[in-house]
Amino acid sequence: MEFLLLLGSPLLGAAVLGRFGSSRRAPELNVLFSLLTFLAACALTARVITGGNVLVAREQFLVDPFNVFLVTLTAFVGLTTALFSRPYMRIEAEHGRLSPGRLRLYHAMYQLFTGTMLLALTTNNMGLMWVAMEAATLSTVLLVTLYRTPASLEAGWKYFILCGVGIAQALFGTMLLYFAAERVLGAEGVTALLWTHLNAVKGQLEPAVLSLAFVFLLVGYGTKVGLAPLHNWLPDAHAEGPTPISAVLSGLLLNVAIYAVVRCKVLVEGSLRSALPSQMLMGFGLLSVVLAALFLWRQRDIKRLFAYSSIEHMGIITFAFGMGGPVANFAALLHMTVHSLTKSAIFFTVGHAAQKAGSQLIENIRGLITLSPTIGWGLMMGSLAILGLPPFGVFASEFLILTTAMQQQPWATPVLLLALGVAFAAVFGKVQPMVFGETTAKRLPHPPALLPVFVHLGIVLVLGLYVPPYLAEWYRGAAILIGGH
Amino acid sequence: MLRLPLDLQLLNTCAALLLLLSFSMLAQRRVVNLVNLLAMQGGLLFVATLLLAWRTGEFHLFLSALLTLALKVVGLPFLLHRLIRRLGVYWDTEPLINPSATMLLGLLIVIFAFGLAQPISALASTATRSTIGVAIAVILLAFLTMITRRKAMSQVVGFLSMENGLFFGAMSATYGMPMVVELGVALDVLVAMLVLGVFFFQIREQFDSLDLHHLESLKEHE
Repeated sequence: MEFLLLLGSPLLGAAVLGRFGSSRRAPELNVLFSLLTFLAACALTARVITGGNVLVAREQFLVDPFNVFLVTLTAFVGLTTALFSRPYMRIEAEHGRLSPGRLRLYHAMYQLFTGTMLLALTTNNMGLMWVAMEAATLSTVLLVTLYRTPASLEAGWKYFILCGVGIAQALFGTMLLYFAAERVLGAEGVTALLWTHLNAVKGQLEPAVLSLAFVFLLVGYGTKVGLAPLHNWLPDAHAEGPTPISAVLSGLLLNVAIYAVVRCKVLVEGSLRSALPSQMLMGFGLLSVVLAALFLWRQRDIKRLFAYSSIEHMGIITFAFGMGGPVANFAALLHMTVHSLTKSAIFFTVGHAAQKAGSQLIENIRGLITLSPTIGWGLMMGSLAILGLPPFGVFASEFLILTTAMQQQPWATPVLLLALGVAFAAVFGKVQPMVFGETTAKRLPHPPALLPVFVHLGIVLVLGLYVPPYLAEWYRGAAILIGGH
Repeated sequence: MLRLPLDLQLLNTCAALLLLLSFSMLAQRRVVNLVNLLAMQGGLLFVATLLLAWRTGEFHLFLSALLTLALKVVGLPFLLHRLIRRLGVYWDTEPLINPSATMLLGLLIVIFAFGLAQPISALASTATRSTIGVAIAVILLAFLTMITRRKAMSQVVGFLSMENGLFFGAMSATYGMPMVVELGVALDVLVAMLVLGVFFFQIREQFDSLDLHHLESLKEHE
């Protein structure tokens, strides 16, 4: 029941908003459907906490400790972003950047995007997961090009082609997985792609085929995670689309893609009994962290800056999952949560800041704090949080990752530390004059929605000081499920 | 001498023709012909799936053959032809690498593909395991087609040809994926094409051309 509502609400929302998405009350409708989805996710969480794993619709859908927290997170950020987009998109429409038709497209696709992400998270079928990931790409392509500027068209095309080709590799990987599974689970074809069944027999799957499959799956889903050197689409797509979309792309879609990679890694590691998958994840992760940290220095556009910061954090998470083991997995899951909350909060403030200054270029945004202290402080605190300063949650998870790395992979620790330092200097140096200094900003016609920003940062702060026991229990359960050595 | 049954011989012929079509796509510069070649690839896939369905008696293969016919032989080529007519893009510009070099590269790719397919073919129990190499070659050649083209339309045809290769691979290795997945993939491809249609008009409206060199300004620069 909760389940039906969870997937049904965004789909219904997409249909309704596809019809009425340009009406005056459309932003409220958008919030309403997101709220419904969030409530369904909460109910589902309660059910998993009390009753354990949920398998529905002939085992086609699975909710376990690993994905239920991502489902809740996705629904939550989906809701807060809808709240943020309410004044934001009104202002954009009044600036004449959007026609009613495009507003309708935006609202319908926003809901569809949430729906496909939730489908990708909850499906037990590796094939359906692929379908949902591709659908998530497709529903956002037209959102990236919403403003129809030359740059946004280029970003959209890059996004479409790179992610399309990338995800085609993942389809080939899924096919190989099915091929290996069919030999063990029988040619019925019904159960051979179900993750729970695959997980039960992972020790018997043919290692030669699975290692080949993993290469394709990692490259495929890794493109969507934005792992270097497959990250080219990411900064463009984040910078050129409307800001609410940047917030959900960065905060949610990347998480979903990592989720797909980790699900595959669990299977492959069980079959191979070697460190190959872990080493590949660590390699890609570290490369992304280092490259992103270097590219941060050269950014002049504020949204591109934080897009590169997302690549860096995805690298950290991938590296942590690569190390494996209960502690590193725990830290990676925590990092996924806090990164998602912090980064979307940053994009909320950046969106309004860019609207005030009339430009996304860092040099044109100055002295936010004099005109609107809340936006200024929100941006400052968000940046400090994402850079891993205590007492925010990012510090806690990065600290855990670094200490685990010192024990398990001592060679990687200096590289990570150095990259984090470089990233800190780059981002802080650019954000500081944006917040303080002489102002050029102007007033906005609608009061900006800053509640989501402070709610997100508040949660991140709390997570940095104290992880509630049931949440810790939940992360621990997921961390053990993911395993690794 | 070992003689293959007639249907398997036919299947192998289909595989060989698929590979041949991939090479002609690599060389073809007229966009209309490119789409026709794609439709022919779809047609071969349809025949191959039908033969396999008849041989194994599996019902879902009949369905997927019908799906192939509807989508890859009729639907997508129709959509693409309409787009070409309405946008007036008939020729691709000079490819990025000279044609004979591309062909040589293609040959190397085929050898590599058969090497890659070796461990999979050795494990497969299907009657069509010998054609897995062809499927991988089709995927990689499509990739090469995409890399060497400048026009958005040719890249899309390459992309769809890659999807054909994937489909053929799934068929040779495991007699196709489960039905629900195949339906999902088909839906995604269809939606992707519709999105692209919209997208092309947006690009054209903005740049008056579909040449991708207009889309090269977003780079990391100082």
